[in-house]
Amino acid sequence: MTALARSHETPVCEDPASRFLSVGDVSVSIGRAGIVRSVSFTAQAGELLAIIGPSGSGKTTLLKAITGERSYSGRIELAGRDVRATSPEDQAEIRGVLPQASHLSFPLTVAEVIGLGLLDLRAGRPARAGRIADALHKVGLSGFEGRTYQDLSGGEQQRVQLARVLCQVWEPVSKDGVPRWLFLDEPVSSLDIKHQYQIMALAADYARRGGGVVSVMHDLNLTARFADKVAIMKQGRLLDHGPVENMLESRKLSETFEAELDVIRSGDSIHVLCRE
Amino acid sequence: MAVGETFPNARPGWLAERTGLAAARQGDRAALARSLILLLALVLGVTVLGSLATGPITVPVLDLLPHVPKLFTAEELPASVSMRDWVVVTEIRLPRVVLGALIGAALAVSGAVMQGLFRNSLADPGIVGVSAGAGLGAALFIVLGNAALAPVMAVLGIYAVPIAAFAGGLINTLLLYRIGTRGGFTSVATLLLAGIALGALTGAATGLLVYVADDQELRDLQFWGLGSLAGANWEKVASAAPIILAMLFATPFLARGLNALTLGEAAAAHIGIRVQRLKNISILLVAAATGASVAVSGGIGFVGIVVPHLLRLTIGPDHRFLLPAAALLGAILLIAADTLARTIVAPAELPIGIITAFAGAPFFLWILLKNRGLSGL
Repeated sequence: MTALARSHETPVCEDPASRFLSVGDVSVSIGRAGIVRSVSFTAQAGELLAIIGPSGSGKTTLLKAITGERSYSGRIELAGRDVRATSPEDQAEIRGVLPQASHLSFPLTVAEVIGLGLLDLRAGRPARAGRIADALHKVGLSGFEGRTYQDLSGGEQQRVQLARVLCQVWEPVSKDGVPRWLFLDEPVSSLDIKHQYQIMALAADYARRGGGVVSVMHDLNLTARFADKVAIMKQGRLLDHGPVENMLESRKLSETFEAELDVIRSGDSIHVLCRE
Repeated sequence: MAVGETFPNARPGWLAERTGLAAARQGDRAALARSLILLLALVLGVTVLGSLATGPITVPVLDLLPHVPKLFTAEELPASVSMRDWVVVTEIRLPRVVLGALIGAALAVSGAVMQGLFRNSLADPGIVGVSAGAGLGAALFIVLGNAALAPVMAVLGIYAVPIAAFAGGLINTLLLYRIGTRGGFTSVATLLLAGIALGALTGAATGLLVYVADDQELRDLQFWGLGSLAGANWEKVASAAPIILAMLFATPFLARGLNALTLGEAAAAHIGIRVQRLKNISILLVAAATGASVAVSGGIGFVGIVVPHLLRLTIGPDHRFLLPAAALLGAILLIAADTLARTIVAPAELPIGIITAFAGAPFFLWILLKNRGLSGL
C-alpha cells in the first residue's frame, strides 16, 4: 500500500511541518500515577497510525493529551503549531476527534447530531442537508436523518458520531494545503465485523486522500489490515513504533501483551493469532 | 416512526410543508421551531391583551390600544377614553403584565440554560437551590435594608435587592457546580441532593432573618416568599428589566455552545467551543436573571422546568430555537397564571407561586417517572 499516492490537484502547503503530528517527551500524570511517560513520536499525514497496547497502557490518555482533554508535560505540535497555544476554534478546523463512547444529554435527531459537526455556519440548509446525507452514506446509515439518536444501537450511535466527526473535517486537506486529522479512540469496538471493516476502510481512505489518522486500536488483525504505522504502548511508555510490517512481529507482540501471539504472513496480509 | 417511512409514497400535505412538520420528520426541526416561535409570539400578544382586559372591571382593551404611544408623550387622551379604564390598564395591570412577562421569560430561559449547562433536564434554579440563594440575598436587604445595610441601600437604590439576590444566586450556583459536576459530568443524584442541602442551609439563614424581622418586614417576607406579582409597579419593572433583558439578549449567543455541550464537554471543545468561558457566562446569566426575578417576585417555581421540557418534546433540544421559544412560552404561562391568581378568589388574590407549584410539581414528578432508569439516579 503506497500511503502517499495522492492526486496532483491536491494543494500542498509549503511548510513541511504542516504535514506532521509531533509528540515530544510527553508525560501525563493523574494524581501521582504516571499514565503516560515520556512518549515521543512523529506521525505523518497520508498515513494511518494505530496505537496498540494492552488495556491500561495509556493509549487513550495519550490520545486525550493530543486532543486537549488532558494536561501534559512535554510538547505536542499539530501541523507545526503547539496545540496548547492553538485556540479551540482553530484546532477544530484541522482535526476531528471520535471519543470511545458518547452519551447525549438530550434526545437529538441523527441529523441534528451530525449537524453539530458542520462548523461552517454560513452554509445554506440544502448544503448542510446534502453533507449530512453524504456522511450518513459513508458510515452506512443512509436515511437515518430523522431517527432519534437515543433509540439507536450502540454501534449505530458510534457510526453517527463518526459521521459527525467526518463532517467537521470533510476534506482531508484544507484549501491552504494543510492536512486535516482524525483522532479515533477505538472507533470499531462496538461494531459488527462488516462495519468494523467498513469504518476502518473509511479511515484508511481518509489517509489515502492526504489526511492524517491516529487511531487507538484493540484488534490486531484490523491493525494489520489497515494501519500504515503502528505505535506500541505498554505501562505508559512507547515501546516501539514504525511501519506495520515491522511492528506486528510475534516476539514483540507476545512481550507487549504478555501472551503467546503468532503472526502469520501470507503474501501482503498479516494475521495475528493467540495460542492458548 | 415517521409517516414518510410507513407510507413511502405519501406526499406531505401543504400544512406539513409550510409549518416544517415535513422537514422535522427528516430530522430537521428548524422550520418547525420557527413556526412554533411565530405562533407563540401571537399567543403572547393575545394573552397580554386578555390579561389587561380581565379583572374586577372589564376594560375594552382594544379601544385603548391606539392610544398606547401616549404613554410616552404628554399628549392628552381624547374624551372618548374612560380615564378610569386608562389608569387601571396603564398604572395597575400593564406594569404587572410586563413584569410577569419579564419574569416568566427569565425563569424559563434560566431553566433552559441551566439544563443545557448541567446536561440534565431536571436542573432548575428553583429546584437546585439557586432561587433560595437569591432569596437569602433579597431577604437580607428587605430586613436589614433600613438598619445595618442602610448605607449600601442608599448607594444602590432600587437595584440593591436585585443585586443582593444575584450575588446569593451566584454563590449557590457556583457551589452547586463545584459539588455536582465532576469531569464535565453531572450526577443527577448529587445535583439534586446538593441542591436540597444548599436550599436548606440558605433557608436556615433566611429563617434567622425572619426571626429578627419586625411585623411589617415579616409580612413583606412572608408574602414575597410565596411568590407573587402583587404590588407590581413601574419601579419594580425598572429594577428588574435591565438585568432580565440583558440576559435574554445575551443567551442566543450561548445557543451553539449549549448545543455542542449535548455531546459532552470534551466533544464540545473538540468542535471548537471554549467550554470554560461558556460555563462562566451561563452561570453568571442564570444567577443574574434568577436574582432579578426572585428580588421582585419571590419564589415562583417550576416555570424553568416545565417550559423547556414541553418545548423539547415539540421542537427538540436545539438551543437556537429552544431559548427564544422558552422566553415566549414562559411569559405566556406566567401572565396566564397571574391572571388566574388575581381573579380566582377575587377580590382577594392567591400568590402566583402557589399556582405554579400546584401545576409544576406534579409535572416534575411526571418527568422523574418517565425518566426513571434513564437518569441514572
